[in-house]
Amino acid sequence: MTTGGWIIMSVSVAAVTLLFVWSIAKVLRTPGETEKMHGFEFETPDEKTDRDPS
Amino acid sequence: MAGSASASNHRPRENWSSRLGVILAVSGSAVGLGNFLRFPGQAAQYGGGAFMIAYVISFLLIGLPICWSEWAMGRYAGQRGYNSCPGIFNFVGRHRFAKYAGVIGVIIPVVIYMYYVYIEAWCLGYAVNFLRGTMKFADAEAAGAYWKDFIGFHRDGEALGFGLEKVGPYLILVFVLNFVLIYRGLAKGIEWFCKYAMPALIVLALIILVRVLTLGAPDASKPENSVVNGLGFMWNPTKTFVVQDMPDGTKARTEVVDPDKIALAAKNPKFTIETVGVLAQLKNPQLWLAAAGQIFFSLSVGFGIILTYASYLRSRDDVVLSGLSAASANEFCEVGLGGLITIPAGLAFLGVTGVSGQGTFGLGFNVLPMVFSEMPAGNFFGFLFFFLLFLAAVTSSLSMLQPGIAFIEEAMNLGRKMSVAVLGFITAVGCGFVVYFSKDIRALDTLDFWVGTFLIFILATIQVILFSWVMGVDRGFEEAHKGAAIRVPGIFRFILKYVSPLFLLIVFVMWLLVNVFGVSFETGQSKLSGYVVDLFVEPQVVSWMSVCLIVLVGAMVTLILSRATIYRSELANSDGE
Repeated sequence: MTTGGWIIMSVSVAAVTLLFVWSIAKVLRTPGETEKMHGFEFETPDEKTDRDPS
Repeated sequence: MAGSASASNHRPRENWSSRLGVILAVSGSAVGLGNFLRFPGQAAQYGGGAFMIAYVISFLLIGLPICWSEWAMGRYAGQRGYNSCPGIFNFVGRHRFAKYAGVIGVIIPVVIYMYYVYIEAWCLGYAVNFLRGTMKFADAEAAGAYWKDFIGFHRDGEALGFGLEKVGPYLILVFVLNFVLIYRGLAKGIEWFCKYAMPALIVLALIILVRVLTLGAPDASKPENSVVNGLGFMWNPTKTFVVQDMPDGTKARTEVVDPDKIALAAKNPKFTIETVGVLAQLKNPQLWLAAAGQIFFSLSVGFGIILTYASYLRSRDDVVLSGLSAASANEFCEVGLGGLITIPAGLAFLGVTGVSGQGTFGLGFNVLPMVFSEMPAGNFFGFLFFFLLFLAAVTSSLSMLQPGIAFIEEAMNLGRKMSVAVLGFITAVGCGFVVYFSKDIRALDTLDFWVGTFLIFILATIQVILFSWVMGVDRGFEEAHKGAAIRVPGIFRFILKYVSPLFLLIVFVMWLLVNVFGVSFETGQSKLSGYVVDLFVEPQVVSWMSVCLIVLVGAMVTLILSRATIYRSELANSDGE
């Protein structure tokens, strides 16, 4: 592998990794990111309609 | 919204349960076989450095801008209750014909699902068979023969067999799995699955990456077949060829990576050394076409999927950071993981000749099974790799069903049970067609060419024009920035309005010249593509039947659309406002 190859690989991998880590960190740090899923009970949109026809 | 007709009057409004959930769902849609098989093959073919330059430019000029426009338009129309591509186009376009342009946004995911689920079944089948320890191959040809038997490549109907070394049982399993998850709805189905599958996929890829990077040179008698040379084959900016004059007057060019081999060849008067630098490679239009195409298909822009997913967001949910996060997750999996695993592993065991010129299926189902069967603890790592591909494929195939479900629910005003049943029937018929006509995978290949490539260019062009010229780039940006956690740089206004449509047009024309009319930019000669020959020069029944299947799905969607009153009332309301 040539020096140019090492440089291109390192820059490419570092760039996408940093972008990915920064984006996810920003999402998790932003207020309003709430987790509303409680358990994994089986509930489909049809059941919601049956329960709350309005 | 109160007091006016909206698409949500008759159905409960579904929403994502968290922002991280929707990001994982969209990135799950984007991360697929292309990240781990197609990207490495393309980057290695066109020279890592030059390819990455074109790849990054394409990401900035078409990938990210179109991605943001889809997120913004989807959320905008979703507030009125429109979740399908025809509904979103009708609402954004404000013209009675706009919804018909959206038909393509239903055809693409539904038809792609019909063959994608077949490939998904290959991945699961390979994972199970690696776990059973039955994947032992003497050479790549043996691995290729196994793949052909497994998928029924030799004759039509061969794939319908059952048994653990046939695709049949796995196909039924993955087909049912997809529809169970879709039936459970957005939050409890797609989002739930992606929240586990995406992190699991990244962990699996990291384990395989460590294994591959520590392989060294597995065969001591062939030190040139090493992971470092594999990385060089993938990433070196300058490509080096050894050229030999043949007795018939032609020249044989062989790409070489190993420095010792290059030095040895340079001393031999029979050979000459030829190098192709980055600038020379960037002058090749086919490199740009490959890079733009890879960005396009990898990010899932132009599929109509992001539009539908974003339509389930709430009015103040961020779309700018979410779009960037989903795109960056895809790029991490593609460049940071896929770019370091596939080619280095292949070259370490099979050398340059074993991996060069291999397509997606060649790398994935001929080269890599051979690699894993040679590798220490290969059954375990083979299982991990194909299970990783399976997870990536499921997160993608789920996203292909949601636009169809959204359309059936919206246009036919059906509940989830009925819409799942209708879409299940349609895709089962289409999938049955692809699986039955498995000889030379002609049906799969034809559908992939005309829908998975041609129609995607058309839909992406319509989307970018709709956002930048019909909705207006200023209004589009205003809409995108509602609730945004970060701002889109101002330069993207200009890019979205002028550069992206022009870039798309140039890439599309080049694609037509190369892939339809068979023009070679290197030689200047042209030869009609096999897909055109199969239809018009030497007509093949299966090719024509595949095209008829696409037309049939399109006609069905158009008919349902023409009878749906929901879209007319939206236009009547907007006229009266």
